[in-house]
Amino acid sequence: MKKLFFTFVIVSIMLAMTGCGKKREITGSLTVFNLGDYMDPDVLDKFTEETGIEIKYEEALTPEEMYTKYKAGAIDYDLLCCTDYMTQKLIQEGEYQELDPSLLPNKTNIGEKYWINSEIFDPGNKYTVPYFWGTLGILYDTSRVKEPIDSWEVLFNGKYKGEIIMQNSMRDSYLIALKYLGYSLNTNEENEIREAHELLLKQKPDVQAYLVDEARDEVVAGNAIMAVAYSGEAHLGKLYNENLAYVVPKEGTNLWIDSWGITKNCKDVEAAHKFIDFLCREDVAKTNFEYIYYSTPNEAVIASLTDAQRKDETLVPPENATENCEVCVQNTPEITELMNKLWKELKSD
Amino acid sequence: MSRVEKVNKRSLFSTPYILWIIGFTVLPLLVIFQYALTDGNGKFTLTNVAATFDMIHMKAMVYSLGIALGCTVICILLSYPLVMALRCLNLKKQKSTLFIFILPMWMNFILRILAWQLILSNNGILNFVVTGLGFAPLKIANTGTALMIGVVYDYLPYMVLPIYNAISEIDEDIIEAARDLGAGSLTVFRKIILPMSVPGLLSGIVMVFVPTMTSFVISDILGGGKIQLIGNIIEQEFTKAANWNLGSGLSVSLMIFVLISMAFTTKNDTEGKGAAIW
Repeated sequence: MKKLFFTFVIVSIMLAMTGCGKKREITGSLTVFNLGDYMDPDVLDKFTEETGIEIKYEEALTPEEMYTKYKAGAIDYDLLCCTDYMTQKLIQEGEYQELDPSLLPNKTNIGEKYWINSEIFDPGNKYTVPYFWGTLGILYDTSRVKEPIDSWEVLFNGKYKGEIIMQNSMRDSYLIALKYLGYSLNTNEENEIREAHELLLKQKPDVQAYLVDEARDEVVAGNAIMAVAYSGEAHLGKLYNENLAYVVPKEGTNLWIDSWGITKNCKDVEAAHKFIDFLCREDVAKTNFEYIYYSTPNEAVIASLTDAQRKDETLVPPENATENCEVCVQNTPEITELMNKLWKELKSD
Repeated sequence: MSRVEKVNKRSLFSTPYILWIIGFTVLPLLVIFQYALTDGNGKFTLTNVAATFDMIHMKAMVYSLGIALGCTVICILLSYPLVMALRCLNLKKQKSTLFIFILPMWMNFILRILAWQLILSNNGILNFVVTGLGFAPLKIANTGTALMIGVVYDYLPYMVLPIYNAISEIDEDIIEAARDLGAGSLTVFRKIILPMSVPGLLSGIVMVFVPTMTSFVISDILGGGKIQLIGNIIEQEFTKAANWNLGSGLSVSLMIFVLISMAFTTKNDTEGKGAAIW
């Protein structure tokens, strides 16, 4: 009997303790769909603690995968964080609902120029709020490259045969070739796409591999001299190997913006706004920034950075570095289909 | 117990399996067929299946076939000497050797393939050894050779085990009788061991050929995105191009292709043992 009583006490203490963890009662829930490794998990806990809204969190590896999963409709997602061109597709297909600015007091933290840049895929900034942004450039090992690198040319001149890692992504690969040839990365001219394709085909023997997340690691490990990488990846790479440098080529590149939007299926619109507003708050955005290290559009966070951080061009790109850059938008369906076909051809050559 | 009750009881036991088959084999197959035979708007079409004959898809199909055949042949060539060597050991040693052989299969195969990536990469373990011995570094990473090493490594146990089972069942007396009649080692192998191991060999071929033909993860990791097997193309249609109809169409063709090669294999299987796993 004594033993039974003792067990009872222990169990009740344990139950009480698990109860203590949640300071608030759960009052609602949101299903959030984000790109992979793109949020500090503490931020989610903090949100639930402050608002009592539970977050069901899911990740996708690529914007294409996110779109496919979202469209499959097996799960009703409330909030999506997606890349510019895919966001545009979602807006055009009527998957997002208009935001209510009065519920987003913290959105003033986002700098003016990011709203302007976002207009290309979200005219009038009606549907989305910028989350992070960055560029696509070249990450290279300075100990094995003697010349200064400032152009996409190094990927195509054959000098670094077998030492180049390209991105295993259709849009990214073609935009590099298009930019190098001096065309717009959003071109819908078939002959320009084909010209870019020829260039990539010619380049293929020089390419060591087409990778996504591992691209950075291969340069860090010294398996390759250079890789096409996103600015945030480059920052993390430098932490592991101080010989690495990142450059935004002078021909220009993709300036990408990932933004949050609320889907048309969202039931608790107020909670969804709360979540977006929460992410724009200075302290939250800073926690997130220090976890992800992509460039933040949150000017309150930029103002709070140390001088050394602000001078790091992979974190805060200078104005002139993004001069020739463009934001990706959707191609016409015919061009997308053509590019899909050419990309398959390139990969199976 | 009456006959009727017996039958009822028996069908009761089979219910979970029937539900399993319907839920996880029949229904998904029907869905795949539905996608394969319709276009984006749900109208009937054969273009998705016919797309198999596009240059790009044929190229990937032929390349996959080459890799699968190569892998199967290499696995057979590696398995027989190993199994013959095993036969010479006493039973206890046979079991422990087999155990060591199977041990890596207890680990996730993606993990093992990632290990190969580290071994074969330009600055990897292999090149560390090779350059240490004074040779020029090898460029194996991200080539067809790396892919072949990966699939052979991964599927070799599936060839060794059935062949070992078939050969270990051969009665020693038969071999001794042959030797008494003056047969040399080569004749014994050719006239007795090889024919009697055919059932094992056939199931080995099926278990190596089919997964190699349809794989895409190994080629993704060891091919560095430069090699497209038909599996990679199908995967990309689903995850990247969002064209489930074309992806399903290609899957159906691949399935038909595998079924045909299977029918060819099992037809030659007189014992019926090779077909047992299907």
